Amino acid sequence: MTNAAQPMDVSSTHAPASGSETGVSYGRVLTPGVDISHRGILYLDSISVSFDGFKALNELSLIVDAGELRCVIGPNGAGKTTMMDVITGKTRPDSGSAYFGQTIDLTELTEPEIAGRGIGRKFQKPTVFEKHTVFENLELARKADKRVWPTLTAELDSTARDRILTILETIQLAPEASRLAGLLSHGQKQWLEIGMLLMQEPQVLLLDEPVAGMTDDETMRSAELFLTLAGDYTLVVVEHDMDFVARIADRVTVLHEGRVLAEGSMRVVQENEEVIEVFLGR
Amino acid sequence: MALGFMPLAAPAGSFALPRIWSGRMWGLLGAAAAVLFVAVPIGNLVVPEGNAFHVSEYTVTLAGKILCYAIVALAMDLIWGYTGILSLGHGLFFALGGYAMGMYLMRSIGHDGVYQSDLPDFMVFLDWKSYPWYWRFTDHFWYCALLVVLAPGILALAFGFFAFRSRIKGVYFSIITQALTYAFMLLFFRNNTGFGGNNGFTDFKRILGFPIAAPQTRMALFMLTGATLIGFLLLGRAIVASKLGRVLTAIRDAESRVMFSGYNPVYFKLFIWTLSAVICGVAGALYVPQVGIINPSEMSPANSIEIAIWTAVGGRGTLIGPIIGAAVVNLGKSWFTQAFPEYWLFLLGLLFILVTLYLPRGIAGLWSRRPS
Repeated sequence: MTNAAQPMDVSSTHAPASGSETGVSYGRVLTPGVDISHRGILYLDSISVSFDGFKALNELSLIVDAGELRCVIGPNGAGKTTMMDVITGKTRPDSGSAYFGQTIDLTELTEPEIAGRGIGRKFQKPTVFEKHTVFENLELARKADKRVWPTLTAELDSTARDRILTILETIQLAPEASRLAGLLSHGQKQWLEIGMLLMQEPQVLLLDEPVAGMTDDETMRSAELFLTLAGDYTLVVVEHDMDFVARIADRVTVLHEGRVLAEGSMRVVQENEEVIEVFLGR
Repeated sequence: MALGFMPLAAPAGSFALPRIWSGRMWGLLGAAAAVLFVAVPIGNLVVPEGNAFHVSEYTVTLAGKILCYAIVALAMDLIWGYTGILSLGHGLFFALGGYAMGMYLMRSIGHDGVYQSDLPDFMVFLDWKSYPWYWRFTDHFWYCALLVVLAPGILALAFGFFAFRSRIKGVYFSIITQALTYAFMLLFFRNNTGFGGNNGFTDFKRILGFPIAAPQTRMALFMLTGATLIGFLLLGRAIVASKLGRVLTAIRDAESRVMFSGYNPVYFKLFIWTLSAVICGVAGALYVPQVGIINPSEMSPANSIEIAIWTAVGGRGTLIGPIIGAAVVNLGKSWFTQAFPEYWLFLLGLLFILVTLYLPRGIAGLWSRRPS
C-alpha cells in the first residue's frame, strides 16, 4: 500500500537546509544522493521523443551544471516543455539517456520518485491546490516522507511551521497565508508554485514560463528571486520574455525543432546567424 | 467540513490549519446519538403501542435501513467528494458485505428450513449434496465478519491497483466500475454460483442465537448500525483532517501537482478506495439482517448510481452532507414509491439534475460558510 520505492535515503543523509545551506560549489561539494562530482547535475544525451511521427525532441543533448541558472528559449514547438517532461518522468524518451548527477537514471523513475530525489517542476499554467489555503499548499509540498502511512500520521511541528513562514516571506505571500489559493492573482499563484518547489528542498528547479502573466513589477521581483536562488539551487528556466532572459541568464540554450541550435551567453546567442534566422524567420 | 469550516484567523506569526468541525457540529452529533441510543429504543421497546411517542417496528426497520445507506453515502463521499473519483460500483461492495453476512445467516437457519436439511433450501432445490468449498467455515460468525471486510476489501484493492496504476480516471473509471458491478450481478444471478441465484438469501431465523425478528434483536442491530455510522463518521473526519486528507483533496484538484510534489497518487487513491469499499461492505453486513434479504439486484447498476445521487444531494466533500442526503432521498423514496410507484425513477433523475444545476454543493452547502 505504501510506495516502497520512494527514495527516502535522500532525506536521511541530506540535512534539511534552508536555502543557503544547500550550498553547491562547482566540483567541490559532494551532495549526498546526487553525485555532482563532475560539475554537471543534469545530463541529457541524444534524447529523441516522437508523438505520432512528429519529432518533438530530435537527438537533444544538454548538460546543466550544478548551481547555474540556465535559460532555455526557442520558438513554439521547439521541444522545451517536452524536454521538461523527459527530465521529470512524465514522458519516456524513445532513445537517449537522461541522468540526474552521475548516477541517477531519470528514465527509470516515476514522477513522484524524481520529485523526491530533488527535481522540482513548475508548470506553464500555474498549478496550485486551489481549494487549500496558501499555508496548506506549502505544507503539502514540504519535503517529508510522502508515503501513505507517514502522511496519515504527520504532525505539523515547529520546524516545519518555521520553514513555511520563511518561504511565505520569500514569496511575499505571508499576508495571504490563510486565503484559499484559488483566490490569488495569477502572479501570486506563480509565486506560490515557486514557493511550493522551494518547500520540496530540491536541487534542481525547472521553471516553465515562470513570469508569464506577471506585471512588470512582479517580473522584476521574480528576476531578483531567481538570481538569489541560483548557486544554492540549479535553475532551468523556459521563458519567452527576452528581456527577462537577458537579465537573469548565465547561459542560454536555444532549442529549435527538438535540437539544441545554440548555447552560450545571451550576447553570443543573439549574434548567432542561425538563431537570428529561426527567430526572425529570414 | 460543511458546518463551520473556516480557516482560523490565527495570531500573527502562527498559522493554524483549519478546523474541520465547529462546536455546534459536535453538539448536533451528540443530539443524534441521544436520539439513536435513547429516544428510539425507549420509544420502541418501552412506550406502549398506541401512545403518541411509540416508535413502530416499521419505523425502526426503515430507520435502520437508512442508517446503512448513510454509511454507504459516507464511504462514497470519501472517494468521490474528497478524492474526486466517482465510483458507480459501490453497490457491489455493499452487496458483497451483505452476502458475506448472509452466508452466516443461512448457516444459522440450521434445520429450520423448508426441507429441514443440513443445506440451505436453495442448495437442496439444486440437488446439491454438500456445501461448495467456499462455504467452509461460514457457520462461524467471526469468519463471516472477516469476510465482510475481506471480500470487498480485496476486490477493491486488486481492481483499484490496476485501474489507478493504469491512470484510468474520470468518466472512464466510473464506467468500468459500473461494468464491474453489472458483471458481478450476472455472476450472482446464476444458480451455479452457489449464492442462491436470483432469489439470493432470505428466510433468516436467528443471528448469534437470537431470534432475528424479535424486537430486542432488531433494536440491537439498529443501535449497532447507528454506532457504526458515528464511528465511521469520526474516522472519516480524522482522515480528512489529516495531512493525508489534504493530499486526497489535492489529488482531486490538481493531481499532476501532487505527483510532482513527490506523492504517488496511486497509493493514496488505493488507500481511500479500499477503505471506502470496506465501509460499504460493513454497511451491507448490517443491512441484511435488518431487511431480511440479500439478492443480486443490490448489484444492479441503478443502485450504485443512486448512491452517487444521495451523495450529490447531500453535498460532496462535507461528510455530514451525504448522510443527510441518504436520509432525505430515502425517506422521500419510501413515501413516493407508495404514492406514485411508477414515477420514482423520473423524480430521482429530476432531483439529480436540479441539485446539480441549482445546488451544486448539496443540502450541506446551504449551511457552509466556506466560499465555493
